[in-house]
Amino acid sequence: MSLSPVLALHRLTKVYPGLTANDQVDLSVLPGEIHAVLGENGAGKSTLMKMVYGVVQPSSGDITWKGRRVRIASPMEARRLGIGMVFQHFSLFESLTVAENTQLFLNDGRSLNEIHQSLTELSANYGIDVNPGRHVHDLSVGERQRVEILRCLLQTPKLLILDEPTSVLTPQEVDRLFTMLRRLSAEGCAILYISHKLQEIRSLCHRATVLQQGRVTGRCDPSQETESSLAEMMIGKANAMAIVTRQARESARADSVPRSTPSQGDGLVVRNLSTESSDPYGVSLRDISFQVRPGEILGLAGVSGNGQRELVRALSGELRLPLTMASAIQIQGQPAGQWPVSRRRRAGLCVIPEDRLGTGAVPDFSLEENALLTGLYTQPFVSRFGLLCYSEVQDFAQRIISRFRVKCQSTQSPARSLSGGNLQKFIVGREVLQQPCVLVCAQPTWGVDVGAAAELRQALKNLRDSGCAILLISEDIDEIFGLADQVVVAFEGRLSSPQPIEQTSTTNLGLLMAGIWQSDRQAGPLQASGSDLLEDRQMQGPVT
Amino acid sequence: MIRLERRPAASSVWSWASPLLAVILTSISGLIIFALLGKDPVEGFRVFFLNPVSSFWAVMELLLKATPLALCAIGLAVGFRAGVWNIGAEGQFIFGAIFATAIALFMGDLPGVSLIAMIVAGILGGMAWAAIPAFLRSRFNANEILVSLMLVYVAQLFVSWLVFGPWKDPMGFNFPQTVMFDAESLLPTLIEGQRLNLAFIFMLGLLILAHIFMNHSRLGFAMRTSGQAPLAGLYAGYSNRQAIYVGMLAGGAGAGLAGMAEVAGPMGQLTDKMALGYGFAAIIVAFVGRLNALGIFLASLVMALFYVGGEQAQQYLNLPSAMSRVFQGMLLFYLLATDVLVTYRIVLRSATAPQPSSPR
Repeated sequence: MSLSPVLALHRLTKVYPGLTANDQVDLSVLPGEIHAVLGENGAGKSTLMKMVYGVVQPSSGDITWKGRRVRIASPMEARRLGIGMVFQHFSLFESLTVAENTQLFLNDGRSLNEIHQSLTELSANYGIDVNPGRHVHDLSVGERQRVEILRCLLQTPKLLILDEPTSVLTPQEVDRLFTMLRRLSAEGCAILYISHKLQEIRSLCHRATVLQQGRVTGRCDPSQETESSLAEMMIGKANAMAIVTRQARESARADSVPRSTPSQGDGLVVRNLSTESSDPYGVSLRDISFQVRPGEILGLAGVSGNGQRELVRALSGELRLPLTMASAIQIQGQPAGQWPVSRRRRAGLCVIPEDRLGTGAVPDFSLEENALLTGLYTQPFVSRFGLLCYSEVQDFAQRIISRFRVKCQSTQSPARSLSGGNLQKFIVGREVLQQPCVLVCAQPTWGVDVGAAAELRQALKNLRDSGCAILLISEDIDEIFGLADQVVVAFEGRLSSPQPIEQTSTTNLGLLMAGIWQSDRQAGPLQASGSDLLEDRQMQGPVT
Repeated sequence: MIRLERRPAASSVWSWASPLLAVILTSISGLIIFALLGKDPVEGFRVFFLNPVSSFWAVMELLLKATPLALCAIGLAVGFRAGVWNIGAEGQFIFGAIFATAIALFMGDLPGVSLIAMIVAGILGGMAWAAIPAFLRSRFNANEILVSLMLVYVAQLFVSWLVFGPWKDPMGFNFPQTVMFDAESLLPTLIEGQRLNLAFIFMLGLLILAHIFMNHSRLGFAMRTSGQAPLAGLYAGYSNRQAIYVGMLAGGAGAGLAGMAEVAGPMGQLTDKMALGYGFAAIIVAFVGRLNALGIFLASLVMALFYVGGEQAQQYLNLPSAMSRVFQGMLLFYLLATDVLVTYRIVLRSATAPQPSSPR
């Protein structure tokens, strides 16, 4: 191509105390190009993008914008140049409307009416249905993302940066996003697309720059590569081999003969569980029923915010249930609805929460103390006088670290000092090594690099094969397909009826995740609630 | 140019160096204030800092002053580490004194029994006063900072009413104070001829007990978890209510015992001016001492020095008694400032290097 690049990075380096996040990165983006930045979690993708968007300043190296060397001092300046960015974690105010959020973001003296009007025009133009008058807390995650993109588009950017945009979307929403991005690209807007999802990059992007530990380790045309060759550039040959074999094994699993599982107890039974949310933006659970048998993984798919968090809290015992719900939750056949966390854990329940730093682990505690956090219910950590036996705790922490290959300095390192993937390995290890009968596991590989994710999934499978009943809550459909035996979908606090994984498809799950529930599903105790919902929707129009 | 850069991990060296630096800065600022008030700084230093440690008697008096401060501070620290912000140790101190006085006034002449009953009553009095904010917090989610603080004023007015009214010494020339306690109601002194009493031993014991509780007991671990990451505490099934009650009541118990030790020690009676701000100064002591038993012991000595030094300055330099309050305020001020260095470091940069954008 004879076009000159709209953005060129030359030997860009960012050094943090104790860490080189980016090391002499070269990258150029042509107008209208969708350029992938591919890499594991912690490879330096986000830091690189933050430098381009002016959030952080490079330690050395140059940024050239339309052929001119620039210093991007702030996001405001980046936007002035024509660079827009949609962050992985949205930055919208929930209690404000779409237009108000946009006005705050633009901060250029435009009136609310003008913004309202331009948003309406723009959304009609791109076929995006966003009503500028709606409050953000009423919007689904996919809609929120479209709002973020729209408000960037109001400034007619020449470069749009998207950081892991599909991690929160249903497959159908991903398709809509891609259509929109292709249209933008055709109009000449360059796009920097950050992701670790190989398949998406192959189908969407024109060129890819691969980062590994802050360095560029490959440049390619992703459509000409295979997933395994991309994975190899991303995490090195040996790791890639392991993952590809694992993926192959996962896909072959559907055909394999049923495992002989030691069935002991009833696993986890949930019957007509309903909760009332005290938080106005929270979700109430509605008449949820399912069973996870020993030696089985039940996958719970769904866009987050449809009751998953509430379900985990109800199952773990963090959420106090009323007396009427005493037998709504049964662990190994015993009614546990009224039990506190401690009793449930002693009965063999373990929980891996969605939020790692702050819930699953205490950031400023050492790994040892974090091993103690839930370990004290099942491990011999407490002596007769209620005093803690730290040598036992240390042994346990050491076992987690070596068995799950957690990269850390010692058992004394604070949890905060671990990377996301390593901390997740530690938390999963802590729960798995307690040999639970029932494991509730939320988003185990969210934001975790490919290598660690594969190890974590393998650990869950091993646990399942040893006879544990596992409820796997995940937004990642591929993960559900790779691991689950049965699948249910959460939508607005209700669950679809379980289906064997072999009898379902991505499209089918996607429809269920979007709340489009057909009544011709197999007969089951939940069908009534599902069709009730459909009727509700028909009567009231779109659910808000 | 100078700027602050976040450290990769909190510095353990600075977490101890910072209070030390704060003490040094406070002392230097104090001497400057002496100079500005027209006093000779060298003389000021001698009177304020050296007089309180110049003789055996002076050191004993210093330890006597440090005792209520450390007793209050260690109880507060248990709560602070659990994220329970008890600001009302002053009121709990007063109630400990009131309960103990009640025993002294009505059954104060039983050898052995009276004193033990007073100790128990003092602790219970402080705990009872601390239980109110604990209950309101756990039941109605009422902010314990405000409730415990406001209860200080209630306690002060209540003790005034007692000593101006029903408990006033009829032979006391109408002064707001009770009768002097019987000898059976007074804490025995440790050394003949000195005022330092048994409370000092209680203080050392409580420091050790609190240390074991916070670092080696299961409940202490649960409380630290709730303080550091409340969500993690809930996830692990540690009771938030329990943390609130134990945290509050520990503060109440320490302050109540301190109040008892004050009326049954150097005062020998209950007056309306018996608290002297120990409960508030103890908050500073707890933080200067890093919420840690050994640290609190050392910090209580420093704070006691400011108290005694303030009295000396009043006596020999004609400075206002508010001087010790000024020193307390400066100490807290400098501690907050120097604590920045625990998580940040100062970086000197040349002007040619890329400059940082606004801090995130």
